[in-house]
Amino acid sequence: MSDPVTALKGLKNTGGFASISEVGPTGMITLRGDLSAKPVIKAAVAASGVTMPEQGRIGSEGNHAMAWMSPDELLILCAYGDVHDRLAALNKKLSGQHTLAVNVSDARAMFRVRGAHAREVIAKVAPVDMHPDAFTPGMFRRTRFAQVPAAFWMPEPDVVQVICFRSVARYMYDLLGMAAQSRSEVGYFRR
Amino acid sequence: MLTIHCPNCGVTAEETEFHAHGEAHLKRFGPGSSEDDFESYLFMRKNPKGVHFERWRHQYGCGKWFHVARCTTTLEIFGSYSAQTTEPPKEIINHIENRRPDWNATEAPK
Ligand SMILES: [Zn+2]
Repeated sequence: MSDPVTALKGLKNTGGFASISEVGPTGMITLRGDLSAKPVIKAAVAASGVTMPEQGRIGSEGNHAMAWMSPDELLILCAYGDVHDRLAALNKKLSGQHTLAVNVSDARAMFRVRGAHAREVIAKVAPVDMHPDAFTPGMFRRTRFAQVPAAFWMPEPDVVQVICFRSVARYMYDLLGMAAQSRSEVGYFRR
Repeated sequence: MLTIHCPNCGVTAEETEFHAHGEAHLKRFGPGSSEDDFESYLFMRKNPKGVHFERWRHQYGCGKWFHVARCTTTLEIFGSYSAQTTEPPKEIINHIENRRPDWNATEAPK
């Protein structure tokens, strides 16, 4: 089998006030269906190893996570190598249910923005209130980053994890790098 | 700039995260309808100065559709409501009547 390759081969930019790095290959499964149906919830929880996230939130357990994408969509994150097994188990549990589960690992790119002013990088490019009281860890937000769709959450303080389509990975990397240019921090969210 | 609330995912954001899709609550006239009805369904749209009901989609967010009632002159938003309805809910109508005493509720789509 061929080795998985991310869009930018793990590119990293440490020249700015926050570091931007492409995250290595990550397993991602999109699950669409009725999120209020018990069998769907059960299957999603079993496949992700994480409890069902509430609206607009992400739950994580070690390196697995599950995010609420829309009223009928979840995103399961896991190790890249596990995705086939998890998807097969998920589909088995969902047989007979009106659902759709797809491996989207290679259709996406993921970035990590790290630094004391990481929130500012996001605030510059997305129409989201990034004040520490407004956007808190555990929240998961789909929005636009400048001209492209993106989703993000904060796995820990001062770290923002961003998911976008693979086709716009380079745009996203350059955009985040520009927003994080050294000495362009505003200090708006300083307490 | 409009600040819009999506009732499907609970997000409130400025309008660039969304996309407007024109007049709401149109009644579809398909095959078998009169030419006049079909023409008006396809092309004729209200363009009111004041209270207006529109379809919006949370384009960059959850991707879902919903309705927005707003004022085209002041850009005030009266409220968002479900896409799964053929007319604005009572709360929205009441709220508009409070905010715009001159507005005639019989102008609301039915
Ligand atoms: Zn939404």
